[in-house]
Amino acid sequence: MTDAPILEVRDLAKAYGARIGCVDISFDLWAGEVLAVVGESGSGKTTLLSCLSTRLAADRGSVVYAMRDGSRRDLSTMREAERRFLMRTDWGFVHQNPADGLRMGVSAGANVGERLMAVGDRHYGHIRGTALDWLDRVEIDADRIDDRPRAFSGGMRQRLQIARNLVTSPRLVFMDEPTGGLDVSVQARLLDLMRGLVRDLGLSVIIVTHDLAVARLLSHRIMVMKEGRVIEHGLTDRVLDDPREPYTQLLVSSIPQA
Amino acid sequence: MNGVAYNFAYLDEQTKRMIRRAILKAIAIPGYQVPFAAREMPMPYGWGTGGVQVTAAIIGPNDRLKVIDQGADDTTNAVSIRAFFRKVTNVAVTTHTGDATIIQTRHRIPEQPLAAGQILVYQVPIPEPLRFLEPRETETRVMHGLEDYGLMHVKLYEDIAHHGRIATAYAYPVKVADRYVMDPSPIPKFDNPKMHMSPALQLFGAGREKRIYAVPPYTEVKSLDFEDHPFEIQTFDQPCALCGARNVYLDEVILDDRGGRMFVCSDTDGCDSRRPTTNDQPEARS
Ligand SMILES: Nc1ncnc2c1ncn2[C@@H]1O[C@H](COP(=O)(O)OP(=O)(O)O)[C@@H](O)[C@H]1O
Ligand SMILES: [Mg+2]
Ligand SMILES: [Zn+2]
Repeated sequence: MTDAPILEVRDLAKAYGARIGCVDISFDLWAGEVLAVVGESGSGKTTLLSCLSTRLAADRGSVVYAMRDGSRRDLSTMREAERRFLMRTDWGFVHQNPADGLRMGVSAGANVGERLMAVGDRHYGHIRGTALDWLDRVEIDADRIDDRPRAFSGGMRQRLQIARNLVTSPRLVFMDEPTGGLDVSVQARLLDLMRGLVRDLGLSVIIVTHDLAVARLLSHRIMVMKEGRVIEHGLTDRVLDDPREPYTQLLVSSIPQA
Repeated sequence: MNGVAYNFAYLDEQTKRMIRRAILKAIAIPGYQVPFAAREMPMPYGWGTGGVQVTAAIIGPNDRLKVIDQGADDTTNAVSIRAFFRKVTNVAVTTHTGDATIIQTRHRIPEQPLAAGQILVYQVPIPEPLRFLEPRETETRVMHGLEDYGLMHVKLYEDIAHHGRIATAYAYPVKVADRYVMDPSPIPKFDNPKMHMSPALQLFGAGREKRIYAVPPYTEVKSLDFEDHPFEIQTFDQPCALCGARNVYLDEVILDDRGGRMFVCSDTDGCDSRRPTTNDQPEARS
């Protein structure tokens, strides 16, 4: 299975009227690899992530995904039912704002259990047991299982969103600024947790961030975006320690050195 | 309405044909909500104008109509709707379940099993079972289309998590013919099993929301549940205080302001039929 990428992106483009969202995007993602997409606000990161995850239809280009059964599928040709099934079993999507990815009106347990029920689990005890297990893995106390996420802090909500996504053992997880909007100390704990989960589960991840420290900590490779295009792409250490593009050099010089 | 000429059953023939087309489509796709161009009826929406329009579209001069509300033939809602159809159709009316060809209902299914040839017409306030967790109509339509019903179990999960059991007692969701999830209208879940494989045709009309749906005769109707929390109906500790019946749905009747109360059949026709005479019984319903 490692002889072919899990995701093959070719010549992807999306415009909003005359405004470029992203353009000329081509890359491969390999199983177990974490790819960080970095760049300033407005550089096209979210647009790219939305197109890759089929939340947004691209204008041009192709995204081919290696399914669990080994077949390779062009995502744009998938039927809606198949696409939904893929999104809630084999994929995860972690939003910057947890309220966009959680059901705020139901308990933490139901949030984690929803995917299981969506794919046909009809055993309450099993669903609850699995939810408890996942809450523990994201360091949420078991006695919070029946509380609604409204009562949770920002960091807890984000950890709950991660649990809700990982409960079906997805192979590919998209994350859009998952640590944005959190206090620095909360960010550190979340990053630590995410790094452990990604390693333990062997996840493939595409993570969008404007924070190069996040990219440094989590990713194997970095794609730098500017004005909708990828202007630099390489191994994380190489890009951060020896940036070739002046724009990347500027980005790198703007982060405080550890 | 006196002195004014109405078409038979109030609605004009074109409107009735439109509603019948919606009904036929609903029967062809059991449990699927068919939109229809609901009309204003000379009564408030709260009275069940959807059910009234369905009945108006299917009733013929030889039908015998029964109308119940909470199981009773003599409540204001039932009396008014019965009077309305008397006036605009002049058909025979009855309180006996077995004698009726059409039974219009709010909140109950009669205790006496229905027979082939009978039609049960439900008045429906909210037809969409997914709404409470997904308010967007565009999204619920897609969910029905894709048979994407995990959310229904999220609701049941919440029930168990907070109450230790499935606490939903009315409008308990069902799956029809192993395909569409349907709101059976606010009947007690006690009545859900009666929908399953019923020889009668069951039609559901929602007036305000302009939807008709149906369960054809002999159709599977399964109440949603979990393997380890199976669907259960309400049970009652004591029999009906008037007729002694067990295994029927009982209403609590307050007798006085000193806490006196008793439990009696909600289905008044069933109760009356089991009582040889009504004269020597306490007068529970006036
Ligand atoms: N829904 C939209 N409608 C119009 N323009 C948009 C929309 N979303 C993004 N854009 C534009 O596309 C470009 C890329 O935006 P985005 O993908 O959100 O960048 P980033 O996530 O890197 O901040 C920006 O110029 C932005 O203004
Ligand atoms: Mg963005
Ligand atoms: Zn009785």
